[in-house]
Amino acid sequence: MLFITGKGGVGKTTFASALAQLSAASGKRTLVVEMDDKGALAHALRIESLQFAEREIAPNLFAMAMNTEDSLREYIRLFVKNPLVSTFGPLAKILDFVANAAPGVKEILAVGKLCWEVRERNYDIVIVDAEATGHIVAQVDAPAILSNLVQVGVIRDQTRWMQEILHDQSATGVVVVTTPEEIPVLETIQLLDTLQSKTKVSVSAVVANRVHPDVVAGGDLAVFSQLADSVESGRIASEPASVLRAPLRLLGIAIQRRKREIGLLEQLATSAKERGVLFMPILEIDEQEAGITSVMSSVLKDELT
Amino acid sequence: MNNLRDVLQHGRLVVVCGSGGVGKTTMSASLGAFAAHAYQRRVLVLTVDPARRLADALGLDSFGNAVVDVDPQLLMHNGVAPAGSMYAAMIDTKASWDELIARCAPNAEVCEKVLTNKLYKNLTERFVHSHDYIAMERLYEAQQSSNYDLVIVDTPPSRNALDVLDAPKRMKEFFASRLLRLLTSQAQSRLFSLAAKPFFIVADRILGARFLSDITEFFTLFRTMEEGFVARANEVEAVLRQQDTSFMVVTTLEPAPLRESNFLIDELRNRSFHLSSVIANRVTPFELLRVVEGSLGSLQQSIQDPRFVHAVVGATESLEPSAEQVARVVNAIAQGSELAVSQGKVDLDRLHHLGQHCSEAGAQLYVCAVAETDLKSASDLVAIGDSVKPA
Repeated sequence: MLFITGKGGVGKTTFASALAQLSAASGKRTLVVEMDDKGALAHALRIESLQFAEREIAPNLFAMAMNTEDSLREYIRLFVKNPLVSTFGPLAKILDFVANAAPGVKEILAVGKLCWEVRERNYDIVIVDAEATGHIVAQVDAPAILSNLVQVGVIRDQTRWMQEILHDQSATGVVVVTTPEEIPVLETIQLLDTLQSKTKVSVSAVVANRVHPDVVAGGDLAVFSQLADSVESGRIASEPASVLRAPLRLLGIAIQRRKREIGLLEQLATSAKERGVLFMPILEIDEQEAGITSVMSSVLKDELT
Repeated sequence: MNNLRDVLQHGRLVVVCGSGGVGKTTMSASLGAFAAHAYQRRVLVLTVDPARRLADALGLDSFGNAVVDVDPQLLMHNGVAPAGSMYAAMIDTKASWDELIARCAPNAEVCEKVLTNKLYKNLTERFVHSHDYIAMERLYEAQQSSNYDLVIVDTPPSRNALDVLDAPKRMKEFFASRLLRLLTSQAQSRLFSLAAKPFFIVADRILGARFLSDITEFFTLFRTMEEGFVARANEVEAVLRQQDTSFMVVTTLEPAPLRESNFLIDELRNRSFHLSSVIANRVTPFELLRVVEGSLGSLQQSIQDPRFVHAVVGATESLEPSAEQVARVVNAIAQGSELAVSQGKVDLDRLHHLGQHCSEAGAQLYVCAVAETDLKSASDLVAIGDSVKPA
């Protein structure tokens, strides 16, 4: 089970669906799950909508949207076996309340469902389009958090087997996606640190998405800079200078950005340690457009092999 | 007050919205620094999550919940210190909640009990969008203070940026909810109402009775603060709709932030908040793009010309570049320029659409050019604020 997380807007949903497509295409029975109800995953997968009940949207590729009310219903059916439940009518209100009142309940209903799919070995891999960086710890660590708060009760017993799955690094991992920008990178570094120091959930991969290409690379950069200096300071004949001035300034902006990017990626690599960082190039295609997922999927395939 | 400069000169509160990563915080600080200079205003910039670089530029070792003065020496612009002043504070959710509880608690005993409740921290982090609520709370406090003429609030990076605006309403709804009453009435009377019974049966089975009573205790305490919370929520809502309050949306011209901004523009309008301006940030300077576009032809021609290549070699001779290296650099310049020009056209088109949307919504569209160098000092902020101009 892989939890794909990242700061909002870095492309984690696209990455999760690309990874799911790649996994299904390689013959793995794959379940991809949207954890919030934004509908972004359905969009990325080019399908109308997703429900709690998983359905096969392509050979080997199953998709579902998490819904804590449905999950609670399923949970009660499987574990509590309370005959009163059917008389409740909509559970939404009760759930709303419990979720607001009791920390971790909403999270555990969601994570519990995921762990259940893993435990029952219904799929070869479960790919989770998870919560953003700010909430992912509360999500993947919900069973551990809750077991500290709850002394007794059914939930407490349930948290045990879930933790066994979540804390087993051969079964569960977090994939952190970021863009090479200051705040997303700093958040990623913080998250890697928190996951390591505060939880027993392991990190499987760090992905830098939308990495810009070099305008000029390596030693050429010095030549470019020297040329730009010469043009600025008039140390070059006026004719080539007049043709070059504006393009050099324009590209200077991109080079500056790339320099900042490289600095941030170095920090990221240090923090990712032996896991390394997987680079995904910026794709000149609107993420809302058809095909971005397949394009990313094939890029990902190249990057991974 | 639809003109950005009018807002900065006469407004009392500016709420800055936009999706994450568009440079909202830096923009908020820049407009604040600019207003302190240009209009002698005492400006407080409230932010949620300042980038390290911004904190450094403002000369702040650490942003905290407390308001700090930005050293006027750091805000020198063209050799002049600002006639107004600038203050900055970061919204620390936990600390703000503690202060809020201390203020709303009917007595010291309740306050102590809440603050030491083991569920308190968990709950304040999760329930009814507590980050959003706290941002609104701080905004109100600052706006009421006579220490500042203008308060600029950088809204938290909510999944839905509007959560922040709904937070006071949600807080009221939360206190008014039947479920809260059900839960807390249990502690008062120890008698379950018929309606609450199924809930408690399930909750007991799932959560365990002990946990449930912990929660009940907390909310019973919390309810004693209802009056303070609800009154405040009403006041915050009123402030958001005041004449001298205006909203601003910051975006870049990339598809995702643009989509979010278009959504925000509509939603702010639906809620009848006063959206004064939209700022397209990090825009490649269009004048520069035009010049480059004009010279694309001669650039293509020149790079074939041995004399041109010779001149480039001459200009970089101290590095002793190889012929291949020079060819690569020259080609990169030609290709990169072409690419930038075509991207620029796409951006111009997007800007045009955004402008149409703005005028439908009665807002002004502004652009702020991409920085050509890194932000180094607070005085750069003044220049950035000054550079924001109508699209």
